Amino acid sequence: MTLSCLFVMDLKGKVIISRNYRGDVPMSVSEKFAQYIQEKDETEMRPIFTDEGYTFAYIKHNNLYLMCATKRNSNVALLLMYLHRLMGVFKDYFGELDEESIRDNFVIIYELMDETMDFGYPQAMDSKILREFITQESNRHVSAPRPPVAVTNAVSWRSEGIKHRKNEIFLDVIEKLNLLVSSTGAVLNSEIVGAIKMKSFLSGMPELKLGLNDKLMFEATGRPMTRGKAVELEDIKFHQCVRLARFENDRTISFIPPDGEFDLMTYRLSTHVKPLIWVEAVVEPHSHSRIEYMIKAKSQFKSRSVANSVDIIVPVPHDVDSPSFKSSIGTVTYLPDRNAIVWSIKQFNGAREYLMRAHFGLPSVSSEDPEHWKAPIECRFEIPYFTVSGIQVRYLKIIEKSGYQALPWVRYITQNGDYQLRMV
Amino acid sequence: MPCLCAGETQELRAELQSGQREKKVDAVKKVIANMTVGKDVSALFTDVVNCIQTENIELKKLVYLYLINYAKTQPDTALLAVNTFVKDANDPNPLVRALAIRTMGCIRVERITEYLCEPLARCLKDDDPYVRKTAAMCVAKLYDISAELVVDRGFVDSLRDLVSDPNPTVVANAVAALNEIAETSGDDSVLELSTSALQKLLAALNECTEWGQVSILDALAKYAPSDAKDATSIIERVGPRLQHANSAVVMSAVKVILRYMKCVDAESEQASGLRKKLAPPLVTLLNSELEEITYVALRNINLIVQSDPRILEGEIKVFFCKYNDPIYVKLEKLEIMIRLVSERNVDQVLLEFKEYAQEVDVDFVRRAVRAIGRCAIKLEKAAQRCINVLLELIQTKVNYVVQEAVIVTKDIFRRYPQKYESIIATLCENLESLDEPEAKASMIWIIGEYAEQIENADDLLETFLESFADETSPVQLQLLTAAVKLFLKQPSLTSSHDMVQRALSLATDDANFVNPDLRDRGLVYWRLLSSNPDAAKAVVLADKPTIADDTHALDADLLDDLLGRIATLASVFHKPPEAFVARDARAGLGGAQADDVEAYDDFDLEVAPDGVASPDVDDQQQQHQRAPPLDVAKPPNGGAPVDPFGGASSAAASVPAAVAPPAAKQGNGEVDLLDMDGFDGLDGGGPAVPAVPAPRALAPPSGLLDLAPGGTPPLSSSPSSMPPPPPRRAKAVVCQPSQQSGGLGIAACFDLVDGRPALELDVSNRSARPVRSLAIQFNKSPFGVAPASAQLTFSQPISPASVASYTVPVVCAPQMVNHQAFDPNAPQLQIQIAMKNNDTGAVFYYAVPLPFDVLWSPDGAVERSTFIETWKSIDDALETFGTVNDLPTGPSIEAAQHKLVAKHAFHVARRSVPNAEGQEVVYFSIKTIGPDHYHFLVELTFKAGFNACKICVKTTAQPFAHLAKAAIENILRSP
Repeated sequence: MTLSCLFVMDLKGKVIISRNYRGDVPMSVSEKFAQYIQEKDETEMRPIFTDEGYTFAYIKHNNLYLMCATKRNSNVALLLMYLHRLMGVFKDYFGELDEESIRDNFVIIYELMDETMDFGYPQAMDSKILREFITQESNRHVSAPRPPVAVTNAVSWRSEGIKHRKNEIFLDVIEKLNLLVSSTGAVLNSEIVGAIKMKSFLSGMPELKLGLNDKLMFEATGRPMTRGKAVELEDIKFHQCVRLARFENDRTISFIPPDGEFDLMTYRLSTHVKPLIWVEAVVEPHSHSRIEYMIKAKSQFKSRSVANSVDIIVPVPHDVDSPSFKSSIGTVTYLPDRNAIVWSIKQFNGAREYLMRAHFGLPSVSSEDPEHWKAPIECRFEIPYFTVSGIQVRYLKIIEKSGYQALPWVRYITQNGDYQLRMV
Repeated sequence: MPCLCAGETQELRAELQSGQREKKVDAVKKVIANMTVGKDVSALFTDVVNCIQTENIELKKLVYLYLINYAKTQPDTALLAVNTFVKDANDPNPLVRALAIRTMGCIRVERITEYLCEPLARCLKDDDPYVRKTAAMCVAKLYDISAELVVDRGFVDSLRDLVSDPNPTVVANAVAALNEIAETSGDDSVLELSTSALQKLLAALNECTEWGQVSILDALAKYAPSDAKDATSIIERVGPRLQHANSAVVMSAVKVILRYMKCVDAESEQASGLRKKLAPPLVTLLNSELEEITYVALRNINLIVQSDPRILEGEIKVFFCKYNDPIYVKLEKLEIMIRLVSERNVDQVLLEFKEYAQEVDVDFVRRAVRAIGRCAIKLEKAAQRCINVLLELIQTKVNYVVQEAVIVTKDIFRRYPQKYESIIATLCENLESLDEPEAKASMIWIIGEYAEQIENADDLLETFLESFADETSPVQLQLLTAAVKLFLKQPSLTSSHDMVQRALSLATDDANFVNPDLRDRGLVYWRLLSSNPDAAKAVVLADKPTIADDTHALDADLLDDLLGRIATLASVFHKPPEAFVARDARAGLGGAQADDVEAYDDFDLEVAPDGVASPDVDDQQQQHQRAPPLDVAKPPNGGAPVDPFGGASSAAASVPAAVAPPAAKQGNGEVDLLDMDGFDGLDGGGPAVPAVPAPRALAPPSGLLDLAPGGTPPLSSSPSSMPPPPPRRAKAVVCQPSQQSGGLGIAACFDLVDGRPALELDVSNRSARPVRSLAIQFNKSPFGVAPASAQLTFSQPISPASVASYTVPVVCAPQMVNHQAFDPNAPQLQIQIAMKNNDTGAVFYYAVPLPFDVLWSPDGAVERSTFIETWKSIDDALETFGTVNDLPTGPSIEAAQHKLVAKHAFHVARRSVPNAEGQEVVYFSIKTIGPDHYHFLVELTFKAGFNACKICVKTTAQPFAHLAKAAIENILRSP
């Protein structure tokens, strides 16, 4: 499962900083990688490839490649997750990650590379804990830092002795709706991907217990659901702080949270969902002269809810000109670089329907390019105080030995995920 | 590497020697900064190392980092640092202790390593878990540098102890280190865990970091559960990991569960419960924010659905492609959709495929069209619906869509002969859009196959025939066959008859000597038609076996192996690790670099490997089976078998003169079927017809005409007057034709040929091009076996869809000896072989078992006295015993002796055993070839009245004793 060496490179494949962990792969392999990213056709590129017995796995971030090489049959899922996580650690340390921030902080980067990985095996990767002994200001340390207990502890994500004046915890339940609608208007696939994000400002070592209206939990404990309906979550993924064996046992979500922001859990339901915002497009192309669009948008949620910042993105051919728009609400803009028009509606109330018409000229000599005809309509929106799945936080119990009272704040939001409606 | 200029070096040196700490730190930072940008700062080695004694941990880290990078260049000076390392390993601060141990393990200088053992032993028992976890990993590092040292110092046992450490992070690193050592040494017994250690591991799984969990799960995946109960309890403990947010943890958990599920009855309720449990996490993996992880997940899901489609049978919708998925994700999803398609969901899937077939990316569109065809082949009841979709797509008139549709239609006809012919009319309307060879060849095949139903088949073929010379070889072959089919189906048609003559003469025209396949097929048809049209009909128009869709399907053993390697690179490449991990022998096969990358993309466009390039393969097979009718044409002077490779002219001239087909008589072209003058010219004007090959010569050893799909051994061509050759070892298929091998399949074995060791090969060519020569190379092995020549050049190229045999003499070369490559626990020797197709540059690998007796030297005989002396000199403890019951030759000692002697085991003596009535012993001496000349002394004991014999092998080359014993057993058991 090991990696041999790690490289941070620019878009041309030039090495900015690297670390050789095992010495069994020559550092010159970076040239092979550079050749690959420069010469391969984009459609032929794979995130993992082998060249002369050396295997490369990489991720891209802004204008950087984070790449590792190995010559064994390594656990590649682990390598990719490590790269991804390391990127996160760098971001936590330096804010935005780019070539400059790496060059400015090379000493820390070396330290982080050494502490997060030993001989190709990932070690401690929690940036909050790492910060306790790898800091930018180590020169000013009077005495040398010691490894925090948390590095090797079962609770590797939280240090002891954290103090907050006000003990508060914020919960955001954010659901994203993935939707794929065929050109005939049939919902091909709909899926809710939810996340419970937390911001914890609690002192000491608090024990938390989260109660949801989880159908399986009610079944497991045999307790009847008192009010409202229970939700059947298809798959749940937990932050490493959650005791998985306990959850498996009786569906109790119990944990000691890290301090600050983290994603407590994500979940997925692939129930059939009514598209919250329905878009229909009627396109009338008149070859070589003009093209007309009639877009109908309909909100299919309760009238007391409101969708904010709705963007409906409709693809148009790349060679259109002289756009003109007419809409009953919101503003429409033509984005030539994306070959699309965007209909933006600040507030879209539930159970409403709006119309928009767009008119374009077409060049008399047109190159038939089907590309932007085939792109789907996309839609972006955000509906506060509402979850599609109906998930609810029933309680959040906080127990700390000092016995303080802490306040949980809960917020619900539904957003678009991959929300695509294919055009006729 | 650019160096620092002298001035800079001076300046830095001065700063490094400065008394001020701040200045020193800055100077070292500058040195490291220069190192980072690739400048050589090794000149400052001594000065930097002198900074090592510092209380400042940041400075210390920097100096250590510098040491790791440059210690190798100046090992002597690096030794100066040892004292500091040893001191630091005793520092009161655990961070410093761990840092020292971690760094020492990274400095791969032997003399420093020697000093590592003492501190390491101490740190493994340190009070602080941070130090222990670092020390655990350091054992793996040390093993990589010096395995003996680790074993001698008992560090492996220390690691095993650490598996029971109270701290979960230490446990995880200890397991990772053990795993690493097991992998490096190839000895999985390192990982063997006691029941209590296993319980500790499972407990640590709940407490250690996510990365540690992956280490533990990967180790568990290698552990073999003792029974179903054991398996079930581990599955239960691992199950909760499926809920982890880290995809790597989830994938390793899936691996363990799938592995252990094998112990559970697949039809039981428990198994079906587990399948239900696995589906949601697999689907969630697809939603990863990281496209790279999605890709890894898809490649693994592809394996999982191949092994058990039930796990995801209800989830096909999640594999529907999104417009903005990267192309590599789309292609994988398509592949999985085909695996999951069933009559229940086919309508929806077809709608999707149709949608994809209208996208922009040409490669993806083609795959989508092909996918529709593959659906039709897979689901008989849905075939008509698939065809309707194809028809709709053809109506779009998009060039590459039409071509792809033609290709898949041909496959559909091969699956459902004489059905769905209505589509032909539509296809014929689109002839002009065909410009790719594969599409053309497919269309021509369809026309030939359905000639009687296509009104203007002759006109259509005529159009193609006009450009015959410009076509690629598969198209030419198809045209030839189609013309013959048309003629046989409609002999009354004048045009068909003209056409067959034209096609035959074009094919056998000397301009086509570049393409011997075409010429030979032409000659075969010609001869068939001229001698016995009925036989021709039976051969050419024979029923063909139907095909099935097994595209990209993996061999069951490989699939099983890969399922145990989920989440690793092997599972992404769908190849065993040997196929892509770096090996020493690779260096020699240069020029493979760029191609290799291609090789791992098994996104070939081919459907069934033998279905596309030459749809008429089966026709050819039929010809083979029906070869006897050719005897009809035995020419007057035909007699002794003649080397069919005597030259093109002799083969050409073998067209019989005696029998004229009726068609030829009516021929009005310049080339008459009987116009022997045309051939005389080839023969240098000679009086023609030197000899005719005997019928069986149609399948000469090189398989020139053996168009049967690979794997069928060619018929023997040895003249019957020869004494029967000694029983040969059967060749085993060691390499399946694949994209990576460039369509070549290899069956091979090592054997003695004329008393000398040789590698016997059957090379089957499933690619579209003839293979002229191959390069071969062996990996280093304990006996230094190497091919006598690195090039295999075939006297006649191996044409597509044929098999050739080749014998590669094998020698032993001292520079090819690698004792490390020997695994004393392996039941037999294996030689890893790399092969390169010189025409395409494709390089591929396989391994061939090397029977030990092949290595027995013909000069292994020794004097009796020497034998006795040697026997006595070897300690009895070094004896290896075995028994063979039920000897096929019965209790006859002579028969057994004869068999052994034939294999270069030299008979030394035979005597009865005193004080044991009826017992006789026979002694043999065996020496191996190769630079080391290992000597084996063998004693066989027979007891009168028992059909069995006891084997005793004595040797100083103890590691090979079991191989010698096994070889003797095998020889005795052989018939």
